[in-house]
Amino acid sequence: MTSHSIQLDQHGRLIHFLTTEGLSRQILTSILDYAESFAGVGGRAIKKVPLLRGKTVANLFFESSTRTRTTFELAAKRLSADVLNINIAMSATSKGEALQDTLHTLEAMHCDLFVVRHGNSGAAHFIAGQVADNVRVINAGDGRHAHPTQAMLDMFTIRRHKPDFESLRIAIVGDIAHSRVARSNIHALNTLGVSDIRVIAPKALIPEDVESLGVQVFHDLNEGLRDVDVITMLRLQRERISNAVLPSEEEYFQCYGLTEARLSVASPDAIVMHPGPINRGIEIDSQVADGERSVILQQVSHGIAIRMAVMAMVMGVAPGDGMVGE
Amino acid sequence: MPENNIDVQQLIRNMKAGLDQYLQEHNRKNPLFIGIHTGGVWVAQQLHNLYCASLPLGKLNIAFYRDDFSRIGLHPRVTPSSLPFDVSDRHVILIDDVLFTGRTVRAAMNELFDYGRAASICLAVLVDRGGRELPIQADVAGKHLDLEANQHVKLSGPEPLALEITTAE
Repeated sequence: MTSHSIQLDQHGRLIHFLTTEGLSRQILTSILDYAESFAGVGGRAIKKVPLLRGKTVANLFFESSTRTRTTFELAAKRLSADVLNINIAMSATSKGEALQDTLHTLEAMHCDLFVVRHGNSGAAHFIAGQVADNVRVINAGDGRHAHPTQAMLDMFTIRRHKPDFESLRIAIVGDIAHSRVARSNIHALNTLGVSDIRVIAPKALIPEDVESLGVQVFHDLNEGLRDVDVITMLRLQRERISNAVLPSEEEYFQCYGLTEARLSVASPDAIVMHPGPINRGIEIDSQVADGERSVILQQVSHGIAIRMAVMAMVMGVAPGDGMVGE
Repeated sequence: MPENNIDVQQLIRNMKAGLDQYLQEHNRKNPLFIGIHTGGVWVAQQLHNLYCASLPLGKLNIAFYRDDFSRIGLHPRVTPSSLPFDVSDRHVILIDDVLFTGRTVRAAMNELFDYGRAASICLAVLVDRGGRELPIQADVAGKHLDLEANQHVKLSGPEPLALEITTAE
């Protein structure tokens, strides 16, 4: 089964959300539109809608995460689902229980949706292929492969500020090679019609095949940022990079750190995004991260709405049923 | 059989007369007007204009409160609800186009209570077509229609508003 077909049922509806790659513009736009409807729920007296009442969502985090896990948890709770947070590093897998056994155990507890974060690329696909027909899987980040809800919250943030995707110039700066965020964002931006996508990084942090994704490669920050409307800064993933390929953090900041001065070549109303957590003074200066062009905290709020939208979409499709009416 | 050529503006005037009487009898001052998407909002807009209400019109989209989500999933397009006021301790006039099973109204009341505890809710509809499945009744109706189960009544709009009754074969 190909990577994207497992995400859709025979009517083309989203049943697992594993990657932005291969999904249609219509599905991506529906996710953004639903998120727009859910965004208001957080501002009400009672911050809940009853859509997933009686459903159980299991957050399976094989890798640590704060904001992704908490926003998934909050999203599920705002949809009235019950939530289990399972920190796998401390559970039975460390005692040698196989992944399949863990999954089947959770299925026997009648969990309806697994939100999976795993260090290995392809883990969420593997799990989606293992679960029963009525169980859904959402990828919360797998290795270097994909982080589709992060990509969609980035698309949502961009659309809120700059609704016309086709005219945008967008730069993704930093550790492209280790970034599942970069990959998922590039697929989503392509599908939504952005034609000018730039990746900016030193040679060591650019994957070999990146141009085949439809992006332009820059090694000079000033050149790459010229006239861009949106800048996504990526976290330098030091834990995944050997010291041999990269200079010191000070040198990296000198060449690729985003400062107010560097921002001046971008479009005057350019927005600055970062998936977090931020390494202040390494890939981004505090003045920019906390400045008026920064939409980093909006990204966090939007993450809740996007995750509500995706959960509601995949849980709203019963196995083998017909098309949505009306 | 009911006629298929219904004067919607007359029904709105009927609703206004019914509401005047209701509000007076129950001594309810300065009510909030809240319409249910989509047809209910169109009707509510006209009543809101007729009453020259000071607060803006509220709009409820009950898509996230439907009782058939697990069977049919999300409605394809969901315009967000918009209640630009505090409903707590206020009298509310809840407005919809067609009252049928009562399930939409139940969902709308559930949603309304997530915004606050209204002092009262009055239900006003353009058409009451019978066929209730829940113990919910309109306080004010522009018209009562006695339709068969295979008949469908639909409001199109917003300009002009028109009612159409169709019969499924």
